[in-house]
Amino acid sequence: MSIIINGLSVEPPGDPRVSLLDHLRERLHLTGTKKGCNQGACGACTVLVDGERILSCLALAVQYDGRRITTVEGLAEDGVLHPLQAAFIEHDGFQCGYCTPGQICSAIGMAAEARRGVPSNVSADLSGEVRLDRDEIRERMSGNLCRCGAHNGIIDAIEATMGAAGARA
Amino acid sequence: MTPFSYARAGTAADALRLGGDTGTAYLGGGTNLVDLMRETVARPARLVDVTGLSDTIEETDGGGLMIGAATRNTALAEHHAVRTRYPMLSRAILAGASAQIRNMATVGGNLLQRTRCTYFYDTDGSRCNKRELGTGCDAVGGFNRIHAVLGASDACVATHPSDMCVALTALDAVVHVDGAAGARTVPFGDLHRLPEDRPDLDTVLQPGELITAIELPAMSFATNSTYRKVRDRASYAFALISVAAALDMEDGRVRDVRIAFGGVAHKPWRAARAEAAIRGSAASEGAFLAAAQAEFADARPLRDNGFKPALAARTLAAVLGDLAKGDVA
Repeated sequence: MSIIINGLSVEPPGDPRVSLLDHLRERLHLTGTKKGCNQGACGACTVLVDGERILSCLALAVQYDGRRITTVEGLAEDGVLHPLQAAFIEHDGFQCGYCTPGQICSAIGMAAEARRGVPSNVSADLSGEVRLDRDEIRERMSGNLCRCGAHNGIIDAIEATMGAAGARA
Repeated sequence: MTPFSYARAGTAADALRLGGDTGTAYLGGGTNLVDLMRETVARPARLVDVTGLSDTIEETDGGGLMIGAATRNTALAEHHAVRTRYPMLSRAILAGASAQIRNMATVGGNLLQRTRCTYFYDTDGSRCNKRELGTGCDAVGGFNRIHAVLGASDACVATHPSDMCVALTALDAVVHVDGAAGARTVPFGDLHRLPEDRPDLDTVLQPGELITAIELPAMSFATNSTYRKVRDRASYAFALISVAAALDMEDGRVRDVRIAFGGVAHKPWRAARAEAAIRGSAASEGAFLAAAQAEFADARPLRDNGFKPALAARTLAAVLGDLAKGDVA
Protein backbone atom coordinates (compact mmCIF):
# COMPACT_ATOMS: atom_id res chain seq x y z
CA MET A 1 0.00 0.00 0.00
CA SER A 2 1.00 3.62 -0.31
CA ILE A 3 -0.33 7.12 0.21
CA ILE A 4 -1.30 9.01 -2.95
CA ILE A 5 -0.25 12.62 -2.52
CA ASN A 6 -1.22 15.03 -5.28
CA GLY A 7 -1.41 12.06 -7.61
CA LEU A 8 1.98 10.63 -6.70
CA SER A 9 2.36 7.40 -4.78
CA VAL A 10 4.58 7.67 -1.68
CA GLU A 11 5.56 5.25 1.04
CA PRO A 12 4.01 5.76 4.47
CA PRO A 13 6.58 6.42 7.22
CA GLY A 14 8.15 3.52 9.05
CA ASP A 15 7.69 5.23 12.43
CA PRO A 16 3.97 5.39 13.29
CA ARG A 17 4.56 8.54 15.38
CA VAL A 18 5.02 10.65 12.25
CA SER A 19 2.02 12.88 11.62
CA LEU A 20 0.72 13.35 8.11
CA LEU A 21 1.80 16.99 8.44
CA ASP A 22 5.39 16.11 9.32
CA HIS A 23 5.43 13.46 6.60
CA LEU A 24 4.41 16.07 4.03
CA ARG A 25 6.79 18.75 5.19
CA GLU A 26 9.84 16.94 6.52
CA ARG A 27 9.99 13.79 4.38
CA LEU A 28 8.38 14.91 1.12
CA HIS A 29 9.39 18.60 1.35
CA LEU A 30 5.86 19.70 0.47
CA THR A 31 6.07 22.75 2.68
CA GLY A 32 2.90 24.44 1.43
CA THR A 33 0.94 22.80 4.24
CA LYS A 34 1.77 24.78 7.37
CA LYS A 35 2.34 23.85 11.00
CA GLY A 36 0.58 26.41 13.19
CA CYS A 37 -0.48 25.15 16.59
CA ASN A 38 0.20 21.45 15.99
CA GLN A 39 -2.74 20.67 18.28
CA GLY A 40 -5.83 20.96 16.12
CA ALA A 41 -6.78 24.51 17.05
CA CYS A 42 -5.77 26.68 14.08
CA GLY A 43 -6.45 24.85 10.79
CA ALA A 44 -3.18 25.87 9.10
CA CYS A 45 -2.41 22.20 8.37
CA THR A 46 -5.73 21.47 6.61
CA VAL A 47 -5.46 19.09 3.65
CA LEU A 48 -8.01 17.12 1.64
CA VAL A 49 -8.31 13.36 2.02
CA ASP A 50 -10.43 11.80 -0.71
CA GLY A 51 -11.92 15.28 -1.05
CA GLU A 52 -12.69 15.79 2.65
CA ARG A 53 -10.89 18.40 4.73
CA ILE A 54 -8.97 17.15 7.74
CA LEU A 55 -6.21 18.39 10.06
CA SER A 56 -2.92 16.78 9.07
CA CYS A 57 -1.33 17.62 12.44
CA LEU A 58 -3.74 15.29 14.29
CA ALA A 59 -3.44 12.57 11.65
CA LEU A 60 -0.91 9.79 12.00
CA ALA A 61 0.42 9.24 8.49
CA VAL A 62 0.18 5.45 8.78
CA GLN A 63 -3.59 5.78 9.18
CA TYR A 64 -3.82 7.25 5.68
CA ASP A 65 -2.25 4.36 3.83
CA GLY A 66 -4.27 3.82 0.67
CA ARG A 67 -5.92 7.25 0.76
CA ARG A 68 -5.65 10.14 -1.69
CA ILE A 69 -4.29 13.36 -0.20
CA THR A 70 -4.48 16.76 -1.88
CA THR A 71 -2.35 19.61 -0.55
CA VAL A 72 -2.21 23.21 -1.72
CA GLU A 73 0.58 22.18 -4.14
CA GLY A 74 -1.91 19.92 -5.92
CA LEU A 75 -4.61 22.49 -6.63
CA ALA A 76 -3.27 24.29 -9.70
CA GLU A 77 -3.72 22.49 -12.99
CA ASP A 78 -1.18 22.90 -15.79
CA GLY A 79 0.17 26.00 -14.13
CA VAL A 80 -3.25 27.63 -13.84
CA LEU A 81 -4.27 28.53 -10.31
CA HIS A 82 -7.41 27.04 -8.81
CA PRO A 83 -10.19 29.66 -9.04
CA LEU A 84 -10.11 30.06 -5.26
CA GLN A 85 -6.36 30.69 -5.28
CA ALA A 86 -6.92 33.41 -7.88
CA ALA A 87 -9.75 34.84 -5.80
CA PHE A 88 -7.53 35.08 -2.70
CA ILE A 89 -5.17 37.28 -4.72
CA GLU A 90 -8.04 39.31 -6.18
CA HIS A 91 -9.66 39.90 -2.76
CA ASP A 92 -6.53 40.30 -0.63
CA GLY A 93 -7.33 37.15 1.33
CA PHE A 94 -4.09 37.25 3.28
CA GLN A 95 -1.40 39.36 4.81
CA CYS A 96 1.47 37.11 5.88
CA GLY A 97 0.09 34.12 3.98
CA TYR A 98 0.84 31.50 6.62
CA CYS A 99 -2.78 30.37 7.10
CA THR A 100 -3.59 30.61 3.38
CA PRO A 101 -2.92 27.01 2.23
CA GLY A 102 -5.09 25.73 5.06
CA GLN A 103 -7.79 28.31 4.35
CA ILE A 104 -7.90 27.36 0.67
CA CYS A 105 -7.93 23.58 1.22
CA SER A 106 -10.56 24.03 3.93
CA ALA A 107 -12.81 26.15 1.72
CA ILE A 108 -12.62 23.59 -1.10
CA GLY A 109 -13.66 20.87 1.34
CA MET A 110 -16.39 23.17 2.68
CA ALA A 111 -17.83 23.69 -0.80
CA ALA A 112 -18.07 19.92 -1.31
CA GLU A 113 -19.85 19.54 2.05
CA ALA A 114 -22.31 22.28 1.11
CA ARG A 115 -23.00 20.70 -2.29
CA ARG A 116 -24.02 17.45 -0.68
CA GLY A 117 -26.23 19.30 1.82
CA VAL A 118 -24.31 19.06 5.10
CA PRO A 119 -25.93 21.61 7.44
CA SER A 120 -23.99 23.81 9.86
CA ASN A 121 -24.47 25.22 13.33
CA VAL A 122 -26.04 28.36 11.86
CA SER A 123 -28.34 26.65 9.34
CA ALA A 124 -31.90 27.57 10.27
CA ASP A 125 -33.24 24.49 8.53
CA LEU A 126 -31.47 21.15 8.87
CA SER A 127 -32.98 19.64 5.76
CA GLY A 128 -32.88 22.50 3.30
CA GLU A 129 -30.46 23.10 0.49
CA VAL A 130 -27.32 24.84 1.72
CA ARG A 131 -26.93 28.43 0.62
CA LEU A 132 -23.40 29.62 1.30
CA ASP A 133 -24.05 33.16 2.50
CA ARG A 134 -21.49 35.01 4.60
CA ASP A 135 -22.83 33.72 7.92
CA GLU A 136 -22.66 30.15 6.68
CA ILE A 137 -19.15 30.65 5.31
CA ARG A 138 -17.93 32.23 8.56
CA GLU A 139 -19.31 29.37 10.66
CA ARG A 140 -18.05 26.66 8.31
CA MET A 141 -14.59 28.25 8.15
CA SER A 142 -14.32 28.80 11.92
CA GLY A 143 -11.71 26.04 12.18
CA ASN A 144 -9.24 28.19 10.24
CA LEU A 145 -7.74 31.11 12.11
CA CYS A 146 -5.93 34.08 10.60
CA ARG A 147 -3.78 36.03 13.06
CA CYS A 148 -3.28 38.90 10.62
CA GLY A 149 -7.00 39.51 10.64
CA ALA A 150 -7.51 39.01 6.92
CA HIS A 151 -10.80 37.24 7.52
CA ASN A 152 -12.88 39.78 5.61
CA GLY A 153 -10.80 39.29 2.48
CA ILE A 154 -10.82 35.54 3.00
CA ILE A 155 -14.62 35.47 3.23
CA ASP A 156 -14.85 37.77 0.19
CA ALA A 157 -12.68 35.39 -1.85
CA ILE A 158 -14.64 32.32 -0.78
CA GLU A 159 -17.99 34.01 -1.32
CA ALA A 160 -16.99 35.19 -4.77
CA THR A 161 -15.87 31.71 -5.78
CA MET A 162 -18.24 29.40 -3.94
CA GLY A 163 -20.91 31.53 -2.33
CA ALA A 164 -24.59 31.81 -3.01
CA ALA A 165 -23.95 34.61 -5.50
CA GLY A 166 -20.75 33.20 -6.94
CA ALA A 167 -19.87 30.45 -9.36
CA ARG A 168 -19.56 26.91 -8.11
CA ALA A 169 -15.95 25.79 -7.96
CA MET B 1 5.38 11.03 21.68
CA THR B 2 6.69 7.95 23.35
CA PRO B 3 7.25 5.04 20.93
CA PHE B 4 4.35 2.71 20.16
CA SER B 5 3.47 0.00 17.70
CA TYR B 6 0.57 0.35 15.28
CA ALA B 7 -1.85 -2.25 13.94
CA ARG B 8 -4.98 -1.93 11.88
CA ALA B 9 -8.03 -4.02 12.77
CA GLY B 10 -10.38 -5.15 10.02
CA THR B 11 -13.10 -6.48 12.32
CA ALA B 12 -14.17 -6.13 15.94
CA ALA B 13 -12.79 -9.63 16.59
CA ASP B 14 -9.44 -8.50 15.15
CA ALA B 15 -9.49 -5.42 17.34
CA LEU B 16 -10.21 -7.39 20.51
CA ARG B 17 -7.45 -9.88 19.72
CA LEU B 18 -4.95 -7.09 19.01
CA GLY B 19 -6.17 -4.82 21.80
CA GLY B 20 -6.26 -7.20 24.74
CA ASP B 21 -2.85 -6.32 26.18
CA THR B 22 -2.30 -3.74 28.86
CA GLY B 23 -1.06 -0.48 27.41
CA THR B 24 -3.08 -0.80 24.22
CA ALA B 25 -5.39 1.99 23.10
CA TYR B 26 -7.95 1.89 20.30
CA LEU B 27 -7.41 4.65 17.74
CA GLY B 28 -10.31 6.31 15.95
CA GLY B 29 -9.90 9.66 14.22
CA GLY B 30 -7.11 10.54 16.64
CA THR B 31 -8.37 14.07 17.25
CA ASN B 32 -8.03 13.72 21.02
CA LEU B 33 -5.74 10.72 21.48
CA VAL B 34 -2.96 11.85 19.09
CA ASP B 35 -2.97 15.26 20.76
CA LEU B 36 -2.72 13.68 24.23
CA MET B 37 0.09 11.40 23.04
CA ARG B 38 2.02 14.36 21.64
CA GLU B 39 1.80 16.03 25.05
CA THR B 40 2.81 12.69 26.64
CA VAL B 41 -0.37 12.75 28.74
CA ALA B 42 -1.27 9.46 27.03
CA ARG B 43 1.53 6.94 26.52
CA PRO B 44 0.08 3.77 24.98
CA ALA B 45 2.55 1.05 23.99
CA ARG B 46 0.32 -0.06 21.12
CA LEU B 47 -2.38 1.54 18.99
CA VAL B 48 -5.05 -0.56 17.34
CA ASP B 49 -6.66 1.42 14.54
CA VAL B 50 -10.42 0.72 14.57
CA THR B 51 -11.46 3.18 11.87
CA GLY B 52 -11.96 0.22 9.51
CA LEU B 53 -14.78 -1.21 11.65
CA SER B 54 -18.47 -0.69 10.99
CA ASP B 55 -19.44 2.82 9.93
CA THR B 56 -22.98 2.04 8.81
CA ILE B 57 -26.19 3.62 10.13
CA GLU B 58 -29.03 1.13 9.98
CA GLU B 59 -32.69 0.97 11.00
CA THR B 60 -33.42 -1.28 13.98
CA ASP B 61 -36.47 -3.50 14.37
CA GLY B 62 -37.65 -1.23 17.16
CA GLY B 63 -37.79 1.83 14.92
CA GLY B 64 -34.49 3.29 16.05
CA LEU B 65 -31.02 3.52 14.52
CA MET B 66 -27.88 1.43 14.99
CA ILE B 67 -24.76 3.51 14.42
CA GLY B 68 -21.44 1.76 13.78
CA ALA B 69 -18.77 3.10 16.13
CA ALA B 70 -16.45 4.04 13.25
CA THR B 71 -19.04 6.37 11.72
CA ARG B 72 -17.53 9.82 11.35
CA ASN B 73 -19.19 12.67 13.22
CA THR B 74 -20.03 14.52 9.99
CA ALA B 75 -21.62 11.41 8.50
CA LEU B 76 -23.88 11.05 11.53
CA ALA B 77 -24.83 14.73 11.59
CA GLU B 78 -25.75 14.77 7.90
CA HIS B 79 -27.65 11.45 7.86
CA HIS B 80 -31.22 12.05 6.74
CA ALA B 81 -32.84 9.97 9.49
CA VAL B 82 -30.82 11.78 12.17
CA ARG B 83 -31.65 15.22 10.81
CA THR B 84 -35.35 14.49 10.61
CA ARG B 85 -36.01 12.17 13.57
CA TYR B 86 -33.32 13.27 16.05
CA PRO B 87 -32.50 16.87 15.10
CA MET B 88 -30.95 17.57 18.52
CA LEU B 89 -28.23 15.05 17.63
CA SER B 90 -27.38 16.69 14.31
CA ARG B 91 -27.41 20.09 16.02
CA ALA B 92 -25.18 18.89 18.85
CA ILE B 93 -22.58 17.41 16.52
CA LEU B 94 -22.55 20.53 14.33
CA ALA B 95 -22.02 22.69 17.44
CA GLY B 96 -18.84 20.79 18.31
CA ALA B 97 -15.22 21.26 17.27
CA SER B 98 -14.51 22.34 13.67
CA ALA B 99 -15.57 20.84 10.35
CA GLN B 100 -12.11 19.30 9.86
CA ILE B 101 -12.26 17.60 13.26
CA ARG B 102 -15.83 16.40 12.70
CA ASN B 103 -14.68 14.83 9.42
CA MET B 104 -11.95 12.90 11.25
CA ALA B 105 -13.58 12.01 14.57
CA THR B 106 -15.48 8.75 14.95
CA VAL B 107 -18.62 8.33 17.02
CA GLY B 108 -16.98 5.74 19.28
CA GLY B 109 -13.97 8.00 19.74
CA ASN B 110 -16.18 10.96 20.58
CA LEU B 111 -17.61 8.96 23.50
CA LEU B 112 -14.12 8.08 24.68
CA GLN B 113 -12.44 11.46 24.39
CA ARG B 114 -11.07 12.39 27.77
CA THR B 115 -13.00 14.44 30.26
CA ARG B 116 -10.48 17.23 30.60
CA CYS B 117 -9.42 20.78 31.35
CA THR B 118 -6.37 22.88 30.55
CA TYR B 119 -4.61 21.78 33.74
CA PHE B 120 -4.86 18.16 32.52
CA TYR B 121 -2.76 19.13 29.49
CA ASP B 122 -0.23 21.22 31.42
CA THR B 123 2.27 18.46 32.10
CA ASP B 124 5.08 20.85 33.07
CA GLY B 125 3.27 23.30 35.28
CA SER B 126 0.18 21.87 36.95
CA ARG B 127 -0.93 19.18 39.30
CA CYS B 128 -3.76 17.00 38.01
CA ASN B 129 -5.33 13.93 39.59
CA LYS B 130 -6.70 12.83 36.26
CA ARG B 131 -3.22 12.82 34.72
CA GLU B 132 -1.44 11.51 37.80
CA LEU B 133 -3.71 10.19 40.50
CA GLY B 134 -2.93 11.52 43.97
CA THR B 135 -0.94 14.58 42.92
CA GLY B 136 -3.72 17.11 43.52
CA CYS B 137 -5.88 19.42 41.41
CA ASP B 138 -4.76 22.93 40.51
CA ALA B 139 -8.08 23.72 38.83
CA VAL B 140 -10.07 23.73 42.09
CA GLY B 141 -8.32 26.89 43.24
CA GLY B 142 -7.28 28.11 39.81
CA PHE B 143 -8.89 29.52 36.69
CA ASN B 144 -12.10 27.52 36.53
CA ARG B 145 -14.57 29.38 34.35
CA ILE B 146 -15.36 26.34 32.21
CA HIS B 147 -15.34 23.81 35.05
CA ALA B 148 -18.01 21.69 36.70
CA VAL B 149 -20.71 22.83 39.11
CA LEU B 150 -22.52 19.50 39.52
CA GLY B 151 -21.21 16.12 40.66
CA ALA B 152 -17.59 17.22 41.01
CA SER B 153 -15.23 16.16 43.79
CA ASP B 154 -12.25 17.70 45.52
CA ALA B 155 -10.13 15.49 43.26
CA CYS B 156 -11.43 16.77 39.91
CA VAL B 157 -13.67 19.54 38.57
CA ALA B 158 -13.18 18.96 34.84
CA THR B 159 -16.10 18.78 32.41
CA HIS B 160 -16.81 16.32 29.62
CA PRO B 161 -16.44 18.43 26.46
CA SER B 162 -18.51 16.42 23.96
CA ASP B 163 -21.63 18.05 22.54
CA MET B 164 -22.75 14.88 20.79
CA CYS B 165 -22.75 12.97 24.08
CA VAL B 166 -25.16 15.48 25.66
CA ALA B 167 -27.71 14.68 22.95
CA LEU B 168 -27.07 10.94 23.21
CA THR B 169 -27.73 11.16 26.95
CA ALA B 170 -31.03 12.92 26.41
CA LEU B 171 -32.02 10.43 23.69
CA ASP B 172 -31.54 7.37 25.96
CA ALA B 173 -28.92 5.93 23.61
CA VAL B 174 -27.49 2.49 24.32
CA VAL B 175 -23.78 1.74 23.95
CA HIS B 176 -22.86 -1.66 22.50
CA VAL B 177 -19.57 -2.95 23.86
CA ASP B 178 -17.52 -6.05 23.16
CA GLY B 179 -14.65 -7.47 25.17
CA ALA B 180 -12.85 -10.54 26.49
CA ALA B 181 -15.77 -11.20 28.85
CA GLY B 182 -18.28 -11.02 26.01
CA ALA B 183 -20.58 -8.45 24.47
CA ARG B 184 -22.77 -6.21 26.63
CA THR B 185 -24.81 -3.05 26.44
CA VAL B 186 -24.45 0.03 28.62
CA PRO B 187 -27.20 2.66 28.96
CA PHE B 188 -25.64 5.93 27.77
CA GLY B 189 -26.18 7.67 31.09
CA ASP B 190 -24.13 4.95 32.82
CA LEU B 191 -21.15 5.03 30.43
CA HIS B 192 -19.36 8.06 31.85
CA ARG B 193 -18.42 8.36 35.53
CA LEU B 194 -18.43 11.16 38.05
CA PRO B 195 -14.89 11.75 39.31
CA GLU B 196 -15.24 10.83 43.01
CA ASP B 197 -11.73 9.79 44.09
CA ARG B 198 -10.85 8.19 40.73
CA PRO B 199 -10.83 10.98 38.13
CA ASP B 200 -8.32 8.92 36.13
CA LEU B 201 -11.31 6.79 35.06
CA ASP B 202 -13.72 8.58 32.72
CA THR B 203 -15.96 5.62 31.86
CA VAL B 204 -17.08 2.25 33.21
CA LEU B 205 -15.42 0.36 30.34
CA GLN B 206 -12.95 -2.33 31.34
CA PRO B 207 -9.42 -2.43 29.83
CA GLY B 208 -9.58 -3.90 26.33
CA GLU B 209 -13.32 -3.33 25.91
CA LEU B 210 -14.34 -1.86 22.57
CA ILE B 211 -17.38 0.22 21.65
CA THR B 212 -18.84 -1.37 18.52
CA ALA B 213 -22.08 0.59 18.04
CA ILE B 214 -24.40 3.20 19.51
CA GLU B 215 -28.11 2.49 19.35
CA LEU B 216 -30.76 5.21 19.27
CA PRO B 217 -34.13 3.95 20.46
CA ALA B 218 -37.29 5.13 18.76
CA MET B 219 -38.48 8.42 20.31
CA SER B 220 -41.32 9.90 18.29
CA PHE B 221 -41.29 13.32 19.93
CA ALA B 222 -37.53 13.72 19.34
CA THR B 223 -38.59 15.30 16.04
CA ASN B 224 -39.35 18.30 18.28
CA SER B 225 -35.89 18.58 19.78
CA THR B 226 -32.84 20.80 19.57
CA TYR B 227 -29.46 21.61 21.05
CA ARG B 228 -28.24 25.01 22.18
CA LYS B 229 -24.66 25.79 23.13
CA VAL B 230 -23.47 28.90 24.96
CA ARG B 231 -19.76 29.62 24.71
CA ASP B 232 -17.18 32.39 24.90
CA ARG B 233 -16.95 32.83 21.13
CA ALA B 234 -19.45 32.19 18.35
CA SER B 235 -17.86 29.00 17.08
CA TYR B 236 -15.17 26.42 17.74
CA ALA B 237 -15.06 26.56 21.55
CA PHE B 238 -16.13 24.27 24.35
CA ALA B 239 -19.47 24.93 25.99
CA LEU B 240 -19.90 27.06 29.05
CA ILE B 241 -23.41 25.63 29.13
CA SER B 242 -25.29 23.54 26.62
CA VAL B 243 -28.80 22.11 26.60
CA ALA B 244 -30.20 19.16 24.65
CA ALA B 245 -33.96 18.94 24.92
CA ALA B 246 -36.96 17.18 23.37
CA LEU B 247 -40.50 18.24 24.19
CA ASP B 248 -43.81 16.44 23.69
CA MET B 249 -46.76 18.83 24.05
CA GLU B 250 -50.48 18.16 24.33
CA ASP B 251 -53.05 20.95 24.78
CA GLY B 252 -50.52 23.36 26.24
CA ARG B 253 -49.21 20.84 28.76
CA VAL B 254 -45.97 18.88 28.72
CA ARG B 255 -46.73 15.22 28.08
CA ASP B 256 -43.08 14.17 28.04
CA VAL B 257 -39.65 15.78 28.02
CA ARG B 258 -35.97 14.86 27.80
CA ILE B 259 -33.25 17.23 29.02
CA ALA B 260 -29.49 16.97 29.30
CA PHE B 261 -26.87 19.62 30.09
CA GLY B 262 -23.30 19.91 28.85
CA GLY B 263 -20.53 21.97 30.41
CA VAL B 264 -21.69 21.37 33.96
CA ALA B 265 -20.19 18.07 35.08
CA HIS B 266 -17.56 15.35 34.60
CA LYS B 267 -20.12 13.57 32.43
CA PRO B 268 -22.99 14.62 30.19
CA TRP B 269 -25.67 15.50 32.73
CA ARG B 270 -29.11 13.99 32.32
CA ALA B 271 -31.51 16.34 34.13
CA ALA B 272 -33.86 13.83 35.72
CA ARG B 273 -35.07 16.27 38.38
CA ALA B 274 -35.92 18.94 35.87
CA GLU B 275 -37.70 16.43 33.65
CA ALA B 276 -39.81 15.21 36.59
CA ALA B 277 -40.68 18.78 37.54
CA ILE B 278 -41.81 19.67 34.02
CA ARG B 279 -43.60 16.48 33.00
CA GLY B 280 -47.36 17.03 33.22
CA SER B 281 -47.08 20.74 33.94
CA ALA B 282 -48.24 23.67 31.88
CA ALA B 283 -45.59 24.95 29.50
CA SER B 284 -44.50 28.28 30.97
CA GLU B 285 -41.23 30.11 31.41
CA GLY B 286 -41.74 30.05 35.17
CA ALA B 287 -42.14 26.29 35.21
CA PHE B 288 -39.05 25.82 33.07
CA LEU B 289 -36.92 28.13 35.24
CA ALA B 290 -38.13 26.43 38.41
CA ALA B 291 -37.29 23.01 36.98
CA ALA B 292 -33.77 24.13 36.13
CA GLN B 293 -33.35 25.60 39.60
CA ALA B 294 -34.35 22.23 41.06
CA GLU B 295 -31.75 20.53 38.89
CA PHE B 296 -29.03 22.89 40.10
CA ALA B 297 -30.11 22.96 43.77
CA ASP B 298 -26.96 21.05 44.73
CA ALA B 299 -24.63 23.05 42.50
CA ARG B 300 -21.24 23.89 43.99
CA PRO B 301 -19.81 26.73 41.94
CA LEU B 302 -16.10 27.52 42.01
CA ARG B 303 -14.42 30.94 41.98
CA ASP B 304 -14.99 31.70 38.28
CA ASN B 305 -18.08 29.73 37.29
CA GLY B 306 -20.80 30.97 39.63
CA PHE B 307 -22.77 32.15 36.58
CA LYS B 308 -23.42 28.63 35.35
CA PRO B 309 -26.60 27.66 37.26
CA ALA B 310 -28.40 30.86 36.23
CA LEU B 311 -27.11 30.63 32.66
CA ALA B 312 -28.22 27.00 32.48
CA ALA B 313 -31.70 27.91 33.78
CA ARG B 314 -32.15 30.74 31.28
CA THR B 315 -30.84 28.63 28.41
CA LEU B 316 -33.15 25.75 29.30
CA ALA B 317 -36.16 28.05 29.60
CA ALA B 318 -35.38 29.60 26.21
CA VAL B 319 -34.94 26.22 24.51
CA LEU B 320 -38.09 24.71 25.99
CA GLY B 321 -40.03 27.88 25.22
CA ASP B 322 -39.04 27.57 21.55
CA LEU B 323 -39.88 23.85 21.49
CA ALA B 324 -43.26 24.50 23.14
CA LYS B 325 -44.09 26.97 20.39
CA GLY B 326 -42.88 24.57 17.72
CA ASP B 327 -40.40 27.29 16.86
CA VAL B 328 -37.42 25.08 16.12
CA ALA B 329 -36.50 23.99 12.61
